[in-house]
Amino acid sequence: MKKVYVCIGSACHLKGAYQVIHKLEEIIRREKLETTVEVKAAFCLGECTKAVSVKIDEGPVHSVTEDTVEDFFYQYLLGR
Amino acid sequence: MRKFESFVQLIKYKVLKEVALLAMEGTLEEKKGDIPKRVVPGPKPTTRCCIHKEHAILQERVALAMGGDRKNPNIIEVIDIACDECPIDRFTITEACRGCLAHKCSDVCPVDAIYYVGQRAYIDSNKCKECGKCKEACPYNAISEVMRPCMRACGAHALSITEDKKAEIDNDLCIQCGACVYQCPFGAIMDKSYIVDIIKLLKEAKENPNLRVYGVMAPAISSQFTYAKIGQVVSGIKKLGFHNVVEAALGADIIALHETQEFIDTIQERKVMTTSCCPAFVAYIEKNYPNLIHHISNSVSPMVAIGRLIKSTDPDAKVVFIGPCTAKKREAQEEDIKDAVDYVMTFEELQAMLDAMDIQVEECEEAPLDNASFYGRIFARSGGVTEAIQHIIEEKKLDLELKPISCDGLRECERALKMLKVGRLPGNFIEGMACVSGCIGGAASLSHGPKDKKEVDKYGKLAIEQNISDSLRIFDLEKIQLGRQK
Repeated sequence: MKKVYVCIGSACHLKGAYQVIHKLEEIIRREKLETTVEVKAAFCLGECTKAVSVKIDEGPVHSVTEDTVEDFFYQYLLGR
Repeated sequence: MRKFESFVQLIKYKVLKEVALLAMEGTLEEKKGDIPKRVVPGPKPTTRCCIHKEHAILQERVALAMGGDRKNPNIIEVIDIACDECPIDRFTITEACRGCLAHKCSDVCPVDAIYYVGQRAYIDSNKCKECGKCKEACPYNAISEVMRPCMRACGAHALSITEDKKAEIDNDLCIQCGACVYQCPFGAIMDKSYIVDIIKLLKEAKENPNLRVYGVMAPAISSQFTYAKIGQVVSGIKKLGFHNVVEAALGADIIALHETQEFIDTIQERKVMTTSCCPAFVAYIEKNYPNLIHHISNSVSPMVAIGRLIKSTDPDAKVVFIGPCTAKKREAQEEDIKDAVDYVMTFEELQAMLDAMDIQVEECEEAPLDNASFYGRIFARSGGVTEAIQHIIEEKKLDLELKPISCDGLRECERALKMLKVGRLPGNFIEGMACVSGCIGGAASLSHGPKDKKEVDKYGKLAIEQNISDSLRIFDLEKIQLGRQK
């Protein structure tokens, strides 16, 4: 089970963290990956300049926006 | 700039600041004896009979700032030597005494404290036990009563006066609301502080990147630090070493939703439900109306909900609640919920820690605000919980008749509970807040002004999430335990 942490700390919240979470959940449903990928909210990933910060398991923090969610998903989650 | 409401608050703050400073330096144990002199250098006393007594009292304050008597489970303690034994005689016979023949006053006096000079009655204050029987007995209403400030403040009737005229707290009745702490003009009653433990934790977190300390900020903060913006306060708190600052108001959103559902599910059977977010109100029912316990909402408080939410997203998290409330210090230690919040600190203590580190919040950059809705934020004031629940009922178009009774302060709570007890409560929902005005009137608030309610609403309106369902839409709340398991 992969865990994707999306930061919902203040900075990321303002930059649309909730939309990113919803998009991720949408893609996961579409790809029928509900049993292998789980989206979790995190209260701060400590890299507020990268808002919206997203992290896969204990990996590095990526900067994702509503528009780049798809690319991010296929590059880092499905690709692995 | 910050203002202190009284000298009592100022001296408490000074002690907390010195303790915080030394704890940050790591020299508290060796230097704690110097604090009284640093706060009041002398040689002239500022408030007491002599500098030695003043220093002795300050030393007691230092002890309380460092956690106080660990054997005493009560968060609130009397500093014996600071209690001025309020020389006010509670009962005095006034000019209205006619010197009558009946002598009802001395007949009822159980300790023979009433004597006569000429024909008029007088009370021997050395004998008087302040039972008040004479006052009730006097046919002329000639006996006046002046209450000690601490006793008048205590809505839980937990304060009494010992034989040597010192204030004494009955732990079986005390609900830790802190009203006496705030009202004692001599500052002789204080809440224990955990700042030393908190500072230690923040220091550890600095060394260990896997240890993250989250500050949970109570919405009542909006009426404090009004000389700065809330976003600046958030930055200031982070500078103390907190990994992140989360709004307790988000926990309030969660609880508003959970409590509404609980109301729907149980009101048929219960008839009346009370709120459970104010720990002093809950303790008041438990200690005084054990037959009404089943009416108390089984929902955890917003503080516990947000603590658990944070820990569900970050299992290594440590959570410190920052609020206006002394009773929260006790609530956080209760057996079935102590997992949620590790420490509780007050706004007074926050101010002291900020100043110990020389952090001027008004000069900090403004950090953005978090995710709670308007409704979660107005939990800080009386009437807020009710509004939040009404909002959910409207939003979800629930077919539900909520007949709320908002109790602002413990005395109003007492009145509503008495009516509930005899089955004459004109409503089905009691919102109970032990402090007048709600949390913004909390004992450990820095400011208790009349403008505070407006400040809360202003803060509420800054919320980007309009509705409770918006602010909660991404959380998986099913995994979080929101019911009490007492």
